[in-house]
Amino acid sequence: SCPLSSRCCAPSGTMNCRAEVLEVSVEGRQVEEAMLAVLHTILLHRSTGKFHYKKEGTYSIGTVGTQDVDCDFIDFAYVRVSSEELDRALRKAVREFKDALCGSGSDGMGQISLEFYQKKKSRWPFSDECILWELWTIKVNVVNLANEQERQICREKVGEKLCEKIINIVEVMNRHEYLPKMPTQSEVDNVFDTSLKDVQPYLYKISYQITDSLGSSVTTTMRRLIKDTLAL
Amino acid sequence: AMDTDLSSQDRKDLDKFIKFFALKTVQVIVQARLGEKICTRSSSSPTGSDWFNLAIKDIPEVTHEAKKALAGQLPAVGRSMCVEISLKTSEGDSMELEIWCLEMNEKCDKEIKVSYTVYNRLSLLLKSLLAITRVTPAYRLSRKQGHEYVILYRIYFGEVQLSGLGEGFQTVRVGTVGTPVGTITLSCAYRINLAFMSTRQFERTPPIMGIIIDHFVDRPFPSSSPMHPCNYRAGEDSGAVYPSVEDSQEVCTTSFSTSPPSQCVFTVTKAHFQTPPPVVTDTLKVPVMGLAFSHQLSSSRLSYQPAALGVGSADMGYPVLFTGGLNAAHPHQLIGPGKEGGVPPVPNQPAHGTQADQERMCTPLDGVHYSAATPSSSEDTETVSNSSEGKCGSPHDLLETIFVRKVGAFVNKPINQVTMANLDIPFAMFAPKNVELEDNDPMVNPPESPDTESPLQGSLHSEGSSGSSTGNTHDDFVMIDFKPAFSKDDILPMDLGTFYREFQNPPQLSSLSIDIGAQSMAEDLDSLPEKLAVHEKNVKEFDAFVETLQ
Repeated sequence: SCPLSSRCCAPSGTMNCRAEVLEVSVEGRQVEEAMLAVLHTILLHRSTGKFHYKKEGTYSIGTVGTQDVDCDFIDFAYVRVSSEELDRALRKAVREFKDALCGSGSDGMGQISLEFYQKKKSRWPFSDECILWELWTIKVNVVNLANEQERQICREKVGEKLCEKIINIVEVMNRHEYLPKMPTQSEVDNVFDTSLKDVQPYLYKISYQITDSLGSSVTTTMRRLIKDTLAL
Repeated sequence: AMDTDLSSQDRKDLDKFIKFFALKTVQVIVQARLGEKICTRSSSSPTGSDWFNLAIKDIPEVTHEAKKALAGQLPAVGRSMCVEISLKTSEGDSMELEIWCLEMNEKCDKEIKVSYTVYNRLSLLLKSLLAITRVTPAYRLSRKQGHEYVILYRIYFGEVQLSGLGEGFQTVRVGTVGTPVGTITLSCAYRINLAFMSTRQFERTPPIMGIIIDHFVDRPFPSSSPMHPCNYRAGEDSGAVYPSVEDSQEVCTTSFSTSPPSQCVFTVTKAHFQTPPPVVTDTLKVPVMGLAFSHQLSSSRLSYQPAALGVGSADMGYPVLFTGGLNAAHPHQLIGPGKEGGVPPVPNQPAHGTQADQERMCTPLDGVHYSAATPSSSEDTETVSNSSEGKCGSPHDLLETIFVRKVGAFVNKPINQVTMANLDIPFAMFAPKNVELEDNDPMVNPPESPDTESPLQGSLHSEGSSGSSTGNTHDDFVMIDFKPAFSKDDILPMDLGTFYREFQNPPQLSSLSIDIGAQSMAEDLDSLPEKLAVHEKNVKEFDAFVETLQ
């Protein structure tokens, strides 16, 4: 896969990993907004305020602000965490996904994954393990529409679908299943992404895959290009 | 025995958590229906006052209402906190859209850690609530409120009442949190047969009559607490939120009746509104609790002009605060004439027997009160304020909102915005451009037929007109140029347009012409006695025939 988070570690086991799959069919211009809506909703639930550790192992938690986001190409609005850094990171990932998805060589089918993991430090020479504890996969199918009327209907339909997805996500969040234990100060970077200045999401990774027309998945467009070049 | 497992500190903490959770829940729901985008900032340094580590603003009125509804209690089994969201149109029709329920059931989780796990899960639940409040149908409706309708909220505590949501309402669960004293559940039941009432329909003109079906005009539970608008604008800081008024004059009361529908107009009188309200022409109904208003869609012309709130925001649009009934302390106190010029004396009406404390009267939140009025026959707006003196000691800001209802609902645009092009009339573009006002709109007010001849007769005498700009066609549509679709001039000698023009005014069928029609009718009438005689002669045959059919 194509990790877009800078924290890269060796692939690991997926014990206790909860996996959820969501599927959407959208127009090309709706891909980014739809993905952001879903990813932000998940991260809203998977982010806390910044921890401030005090003496004796206690900590206080900062405050998470939220804001409404209106979509331009979908009749839909969602709430995201008020963190420009987080928003930028997600937008970057989603844009790359969209470019790959809608670029040439793609049939408009692919998936973007949001993984939450914990780091388990290992001794040298072994690299740290990443233990996946929650995996969200959003399968996307890009549709092409012929006229404005269809686009208008699509705006509404995708809006309704996204409402359903939000409800699905909230259902999962409500199960109160496994969450990493609250870490001590020395362990906090193994559980949370502490690089942001205003909020603290659990450690996450975003990756994507594009399905080519043969139905098999190619991990990067580069690989395909190289293949095509060599075939000439 | 159950509770002894919970330390007293934990119990205190838990009660506090639940209380503030309930208050924050109400804030999130009401703020999500204000019609505005919400934005709060993250803060890495804990401020100590942000409950559940979430930046959720506290609108003081809302907190006040919630606290009042809770009255010091906490959600418990059989005692749920409900936030009811409803929609009220400019014509006064209202409809419940959603009920958000915070309930407690008996399933206890003894093992759970109060100060840590319960707290964090309550925080998670609030985040879920933030997300879910944006995905029910009422969200989009609330974003578009202002002119044709407003969104109101009402908080009550006790048994959940879902009957106002119409048939087939749906439920979405926001989440649950187990605690040692029970499981907190948060859910929303929402009406779905407004699905066809998409926001598009509210924006479109001409309006759609009768699109509100199955709405509760007569509230089944009249003893309910008053409703409040979601889209009032609280002060930016937590300070001056309550609207204040220089002179706390008469407080208008509401007088609505559940029984026979009357043409009521709700007016909310601004206390320092100088022009005296017009005289009421009809008797007012017996006042009833708060929100039992009953009226029907009618075609009278009443004007609606949103007025600005005295203090605070400028474009309240439609601040509508339903406060019920009469002053709790002085149920019979009404203001006679002299206080406000032109207000007729209203006989003291007994308040219906509900607990006074359920009517939210004369609190600082009572920005707005209603009075019933009936429309006059003229086209001017007429309202009446039936004032009652509120001895509550708090200043009131009363708003005058007079409703204009043109023929057809939801047409509240300024008159000059309604043009022919907006109306769904074929070839509207070709109509004369000076037809701007609805009053001149032939679709609304069909032109009178000429005195001498009927239009039918007129067309009888047309001499194969070419159809362009002659007077024998309908006077309000002038055919400037006729470009039929999918028709080209150069293909056939006679194209669709030419055909249309040539045969546009064919002569009437003779059987339809009035003279001949009248003639034949006269003949028919004359021949009736004869026919009857014949039938009477043959009555036996007819009877035999009927027998065979049975």
